Amino acid sequence: MRVDLTMPQMGESIAEGTISRWRKSVGERVERDEPIVEISTDKVDAEIPSPASGTIVEIHGREGETVPVNQVIAVIETEAGAAATATPVAEAPPRAVAVAATVAAPVVAATPETARAGEFERKRFVTPVVRRIAAEHGIEPTSVPGTGVGGRVTKDDILAFLACGARPAGASRERMSVMRKRIAERMVESRRVSAHVHSVFEVDMSHVGKLRERHKSGYLDRHGAKLTVTAFLISALCGALRSFPILNASVDGDEIVYHKDIHMGVAVALDWGLIVPVVHGADQLSLAGLSVRLQDLAGRARAKKLNPGDVQGGTFTLTNPGQFGGLYGLPIIQQPQVAILGTGGIEKRPIVIDDAIAIRSMMYMALSFDHRVIDGAVANQFLATLKAGLEQFDEKLL
Amino acid sequence: MPSLVALWLGRVAYDDAAALQERLVDGRRRGVEPDRLLLLEHPAVITLGRRADPAHVLREPRELARHGIDVRASSRGGDVTYHGPGQLVGYPVVALPPDRRDAHRYLRDLESALIDTAAELGVAAHRVPGRTGVWVGNAKLAAIGVRLASGWITSHGFALNVARDLRGFDTIVPCGIRGAAVTSLEQLAGRPLDLGEVAAIAALRVAAVLGMDLVRAPELSW
Repeated sequence: MRVDLTMPQMGESIAEGTISRWRKSVGERVERDEPIVEISTDKVDAEIPSPASGTIVEIHGREGETVPVNQVIAVIETEAGAAATATPVAEAPPRAVAVAATVAAPVVAATPETARAGEFERKRFVTPVVRRIAAEHGIEPTSVPGTGVGGRVTKDDILAFLACGARPAGASRERMSVMRKRIAERMVESRRVSAHVHSVFEVDMSHVGKLRERHKSGYLDRHGAKLTVTAFLISALCGALRSFPILNASVDGDEIVYHKDIHMGVAVALDWGLIVPVVHGADQLSLAGLSVRLQDLAGRARAKKLNPGDVQGGTFTLTNPGQFGGLYGLPIIQQPQVAILGTGGIEKRPIVIDDAIAIRSMMYMALSFDHRVIDGAVANQFLATLKAGLEQFDEKLL
Repeated sequence: MPSLVALWLGRVAYDDAAALQERLVDGRRRGVEPDRLLLLEHPAVITLGRRADPAHVLREPRELARHGIDVRASSRGGDVTYHGPGQLVGYPVVALPPDRRDAHRYLRDLESALIDTAAELGVAAHRVPGRTGVWVGNAKLAAIGVRLASGWITSHGFALNVARDLRGFDTIVPCGIRGAAVTSLEQLAGRPLDLGEVAAIAALRVAAVLGMDLVRAPELSW
């Protein structure tokens, strides 16, 4: 069945609309309610959803063209009709695509996240040459790490894989992913460049814990994000960094660059590595603002939807090696920054207060700093300031 | 009445704000996000709407970079505009109810809210027929550019000039209208204004014209 998409009336006084962008082209499939075209009228750009699921068989109107309301701008052939009418696209799909689809199917089915499905599909797309070489050596082409577009396995990849001794006994080899290689290079480089020194403080997090308890109910509804300890940490860190600007600096040749803004990198562990999205202008944000941004960045990091700008420009980094119970870790500085804070897990411990034993929620925090530009005394004063900022966190900031 | 949750975010990079809106629009569509009004200011940036004419950016990319001004494509409607510190930017992410699904009505509602905001600060602003935005005489006080995602969910919104310093606008032809000047609340009111204070008034006014209850995020200084 053919379903018409007409130029919608976007308002009572609106007689026409300008096609600003086609999201789909002839031959493409659309789902019902999926945006198919964008229409501009005055200062509004609107996404127009498809009225039906099916294949687009006709498009009328170029981008930039102004069309009266109710004029047909696209025709969608729905499922029932598609079989009967041979559409131009349905004819002779390229062989390679058909092959890729059959390989991809079981993999996609096994992957719950649709976001990753597309990537698998690209990776599983192999050229006939690669497929032939793989078949000759009795290996599954999809087991070869790909370096081509979207992780695609190229001819060079499969030859390199075979050259390095495919299927050795007693050990397995795999090519480092691009991300793994990048991490490896940067870690070693940082050790070479910076004179790493570490200092560890213990902080009583009971006060922050209480504030969080008091304010967390309803926080998600009010702000759309959970109130996390990380938000408190960043807020207190910004205060301490303001007092000790040398910790929010970088080294450029023979010069020290003091950064005006605080761009806080926050390490996020992923199943496939680690990424450090950056909360830009962290010192300008309220606690709620920080919470929303953290949730947004962490969510997009896991969904692989970070933009390049999201991971650039950090001036200080926070990492949390304590999430699996570690007391503390001594992290490596992210170049060209000069310090990084690693927090341990928070746990209840007996401590001595005024000669009495009390149970408090304690956390270790370890600062790695670059001794080229930061003296030990400054680093320890910084940590003392941060400790005080957390133990006496100002409730008014909530 | 439905609720509008207002949130003051401080200074936010354009890309970050765009990504956040995308997430909120998606969440609103799935019903896991409330109707929101994001209030913020951007670092200096020139944005080109879907129908922008690149000729309306008047400076070379290198010169803009030297002044720390970014240039970004934007998915909102409209032409070229400038954002910078001291300008109140408001992004309502609201699912328009069936009786309000009229693009022009929404633009006029935003204009009303901004005219009311200016009035509360002693500034008489008005509309100019055929030129969406808020004007005082021949000078533009606020720019409007909106996106409607499928399901009539709004994003992008308005930029209200608050601070006196408007030199950033020298780099563009605002909204593609040659010969039009820009002005600001501080210039017109003749006194310094606090951006947070203006944001608080604007939040009330936006909620009022959309027929919503304002829920203020309690951590805000206002």
